[in-house]
Amino acid sequence: MRFMVLVPGSPESEAGEMPSTELLGAMTKYNEELVKAGVMLAGEGLHPTSKGAKVRFNGGARTVIDGPFTEAKEIVAGYWVWECASREEALEWLKRAPFDGGVEIELRQIFEADDFGEQLTPELREANERLRGQAAAKQ
Amino acid sequence: MTASATNRAIDAVWRIESARLIAGLTRIVRDVAVAEDLAQDALVAALEQWPESGIPHNPGAWLMAAAKRRGIDALRRRVTFEHKQELIGHELQILQQLDQPDLAARLEDVQDDVLRLIFMTCHPVLSREARVALTLRLLGGLSTPEIARAFLASEGTVAQRIVRAKRTLAEAHVPFEVPGRDELADRLSAVLEVIYLVFNEGYAATAGEHWIRPPLCADALRLGRILAALMPPEPEVHGLLALMELQASRLRARVGPRGEPVLLGDQDRARWDHLLVQRGLAALRRAEKLSGTLGPYTLQAAIAACHARARSVEETDWPRIVALYDGLAALTGSPVVELNRAVAVTMAFGPEAGLELVDSLADERALRSYHLLPSVRGDFLVRLGRLAEARDEFVHAADLCDNARERELLLSRAVACDS
Repeated sequence: MRFMVLVPGSPESEAGEMPSTELLGAMTKYNEELVKAGVMLAGEGLHPTSKGAKVRFNGGARTVIDGPFTEAKEIVAGYWVWECASREEALEWLKRAPFDGGVEIELRQIFEADDFGEQLTPELREANERLRGQAAAKQ
Repeated sequence: MTASATNRAIDAVWRIESARLIAGLTRIVRDVAVAEDLAQDALVAALEQWPESGIPHNPGAWLMAAAKRRGIDALRRRVTFEHKQELIGHELQILQQLDQPDLAARLEDVQDDVLRLIFMTCHPVLSREARVALTLRLLGGLSTPEIARAFLASEGTVAQRIVRAKRTLAEAHVPFEVPGRDELADRLSAVLEVIYLVFNEGYAATAGEHWIRPPLCADALRLGRILAALMPPEPEVHGLLALMELQASRLRARVGPRGEPVLLGDQDRARWDHLLVQRGLAALRRAEKLSGTLGPYTLQAAIAACHARARSVEETDWPRIVALYDGLAALTGSPVVELNRAVAVTMAFGPEAGLELVDSLADERALRSYHLLPSVRGDFLVRLGRLAEARDEFVHAADLCDNARERELLLSRAVACDS
């Protein structure tokens, strides 16, 4: 099973400040553990929202809203993609991450074909995967 | 937390901790069988206590402490019942080791222990089957029934295989260490072979109802990723990982909606797993950068990468694949590699050239009962329009094939030659 772990932004991440040497060290050690356990498939940090933008869709209108965005806790500052055998394993790994101060880290399972269950006929399943594959190939 | 939720959480902790726990204990007691028993005892203790107490903050340290406690208790009881003089020196030694107060501190750096354990479970003193079973059990964290299911063997057979393997390691006094420079190449290739055997059993099941078994591929991939993190300077470790990532990227395109095999040429490439493709190509770059001359796994990964980079069969760089197979054939001398090379030659230079190569392999003993020889020959004959001969080859291939799904595919190809 594949999971995405979403790390929220903070005033510091939004200000483009690097974390303390101590936290950076703890995070490096944690990442190393994930890699040495064969769990981590990918992981990236994101630039502050001041470098980002939003597009609002309304009827035919498209409005571009430049960053920064205000609600820091609704902002994603980074993510991991993990391969785990179960939701419990992913949670067990997440519990070991060096976060503190009331921050909440979100764990989400990434859709794979089998998750659609009986509703998806073999033909639909195939068509669906083909579409998603084409989208991925164009990225 | 409900009891079943706690049990699932304990399973997860076990999956994360068991290899490190067994490796750390093996370093102390110098015997994998004893180490595994102690680790199992600790798991039993967790199953008894965690549903009440909740999962401890540091489950790994808890399990290690419990294993140590149980080990000391068990040995002390034996000391009480038997005469101390009769206790064999080996067990006394274990007791002394376990009784050391600084145990936790010594377990800080267990990563090297995991690596030592891999070299132990893949030791050439064991048969291939024993290496695979023991590695999946001690490093993959699989239970005996899970291993039995994976290799379509009975639980009793696998359990016996594991017990015997552990005894063999003890009797042969196989040391708990990463081999020295002079034997590292051979021993590492034995480790890589075990991991790739597991992967292949998932990627193209040799027997049974299912053509692919993705959980086995996932177990092998995890072992490959762990090994790449533990031995970063070894090019072939990255080569094998690249090969597995690239092959696994095709898994979901490799089987049709009704479980039937879909071969590379017929696969919908849009369905390949692009995250795994990227990981595979990155691992291949690492392997190539570290290599003098490319090793067999890196060469195979480079071939897989030619497919991964191509948008269709037609756009594939077949001449480069032929060249890579030349290198691989020179390295391995394997007739199976020659057979694959013949396929690439057909794609690059036409079926006449390929057929000539296949016919030169007809007398190879190793290929005598290999279903892919007639299957490939049949494919070339179809391309040459010699359908009656092709049909016979597909029927012959189906006779030789043990996998039900693959046999169906071969028979349907035979039927297609008639119409």
